[in-house]
Amino acid sequence: MSETVLEVSGLCRTFGDVRAVDEVSFTLPAGGSLGIVGESGSGKTTTARIVVGLEEADAGSVTVRGRRREGRARGKAERLTRAREVQMVFQDPYLSLDPRYGVQDVLRETLRLHFPDADPAPRVAELLDQVGLGTRAAEALPRQLSGGQRQRVAIARALAVEPAVLVLDEAVAALDVSVQAQVLNLLADIRERTGVGYLFITHDLGVVRCVTEEVIVMRQGRVVEAGRTEAVLADPQHPYTRLLLDSVPRPGWEPSLIAAARREVG
Amino acid sequence: MNALDIQGLRLQLPGTARPVLDGVDLTVAAGETVALVGESGSGKTLTSRSALRLLPPGARAEGKVLVAGEDVLTMDADRLRALRTGQAAMIFQDPRAATNPLRRIGDFLTESVTLAGKMNRAEATERAVSLLGAVGLGPELLGRYPGQLSGGMLQRVVIAAALMGDPALLLADEATTALDVTSQAEVVALLGRLREQFGTGLLFVTHDLGLAAAISDRVYVMYAGRIAEVGPAAALFEHPRHPYTAALLAATPRPDAPGGRLAAIDGQPPDLRQELTGCAFAARCPLATELCRTVVPEPVKVSGGHLAACHHSDQLEGSTARV
Repeated sequence: MSETVLEVSGLCRTFGDVRAVDEVSFTLPAGGSLGIVGESGSGKTTTARIVVGLEEADAGSVTVRGRRREGRARGKAERLTRAREVQMVFQDPYLSLDPRYGVQDVLRETLRLHFPDADPAPRVAELLDQVGLGTRAAEALPRQLSGGQRQRVAIARALAVEPAVLVLDEAVAALDVSVQAQVLNLLADIRERTGVGYLFITHDLGVVRCVTEEVIVMRQGRVVEAGRTEAVLADPQHPYTRLLLDSVPRPGWEPSLIAAARREVG
Repeated sequence: MNALDIQGLRLQLPGTARPVLDGVDLTVAAGETVALVGESGSGKTLTSRSALRLLPPGARAEGKVLVAGEDVLTMDADRLRALRTGQAAMIFQDPRAATNPLRRIGDFLTESVTLAGKMNRAEATERAVSLLGAVGLGPELLGRYPGQLSGGMLQRVVIAAALMGDPALLLADEATTALDVTSQAEVVALLGRLREQFGTGLLFVTHDLGLAAAISDRVYVMYAGRIAEVGPAAALFEHPRHPYTAALLAATPRPDAPGGRLAAIDGQPPDLRQELTGCAFAARCPLATELCRTVVPEPVKVSGGHLAACHHSDQLEGSTARV
């Protein structure tokens, strides 16, 4: 856990008058798992998109495996290198997979682009096995698969290039509880086996507890609290973190008190 | 009289091998909050929509769906329209999809009752203003458009619209799922207050077990078109007596639980193209025996008001789950 695989420092991004991301810094150790928690508009997704390169920062830096990313990727070689550093899994696998491509073709296409000299077949089999998809699913089109299976395909595609960091943006939010548990366990297994690092964007504190070692809490573009996941959830220091935790419904829950506390935090 | 009384509802859709709803019994008393919990495809949304007879095309329904004592499945079109603008109302998950972006909030709130001839425009506007007040919003909203409001505010507008016809039954289908947790708390607090104030029965359809436990008096757990377990919220979540309920609770990630692996449920819910013999959960159930694969379990009373449709629910006696 010594080496740092991803370092983000002083990240800023403004849309019009809104500071979507405001001086955000964090580091992810190799093979570690960091959660970014926040509500809509907290800037967590914009942060993730800057890390991946889908959005540019106004200020600050993103360093992956010691290589600082400068501006937009220029040329195919640079784009491919960046793609092998960071991959992303989105919330909705219905939208992130091409409906006309079969599962194997999706993986083969990615492998052919990144490793043109290698035979993709054994690696396709290995990836499918890694995400727990059988040979029947391998032949299928996205619409023939369930939501959980589709998300497994998206994860397999992201892993195909052996990235150092996987950015998961609400990647299990659209799944049913029983399927979500399967995918969360799968993600834990993959990290153990491959040593890939996770940047886990979520609004769900239960999911954060389950898959991350460290967490940052974002609000209105700023990091309001950061630390070991266990410690932050057991003993939150910032009133906003406490409000988030209190807002999780459970028996004996008093929604009217939370509503009042919410106005206080402002 | 119950706000909603569903008796033996069976719903068959074209092209399916088994009914999507298979003998559902469910009641919501006046002023009661009932949660209906299940995963995608369990039939929870169809069950709640049946209260407004919003059935998919080609659906064949058997059984009874009584709203404030009247059978919705057999009433004529005029009566049904009156029911939908009056006794029963539904709040959907996505308030943006439930409102017309080109029409002002004021028109949206008043159109159903004025079209139904229940109130004239002035009365309707007066009621709209008082209901906006009840959901914590001001009268200035009447002239605004949906696009000018946040998701949480718009969901409160939709709730106010649902109350315009003074319904006996309010159906909330994943009504807080699209909201942030802190706005969810606001909306839930609001629904609780409105229920007390207006004595409305509330059927809360959700996939979130923690939310169901937090807000409801009683909970129904559905699996593959059948009610697996029903009981008082506390009893059901602390001492689940159906293996599916127990497994769902164990598979839910919680902020106060230890980190690491979850107890996932292997396999998938049964496909609609497959006929079911015996218990629908048998293929994924750790307690399943030959009996489960051949005989459909009837709901068995485990304690006052707590029923589980499981042949082996006695094996779960004394089990505890944490919510």
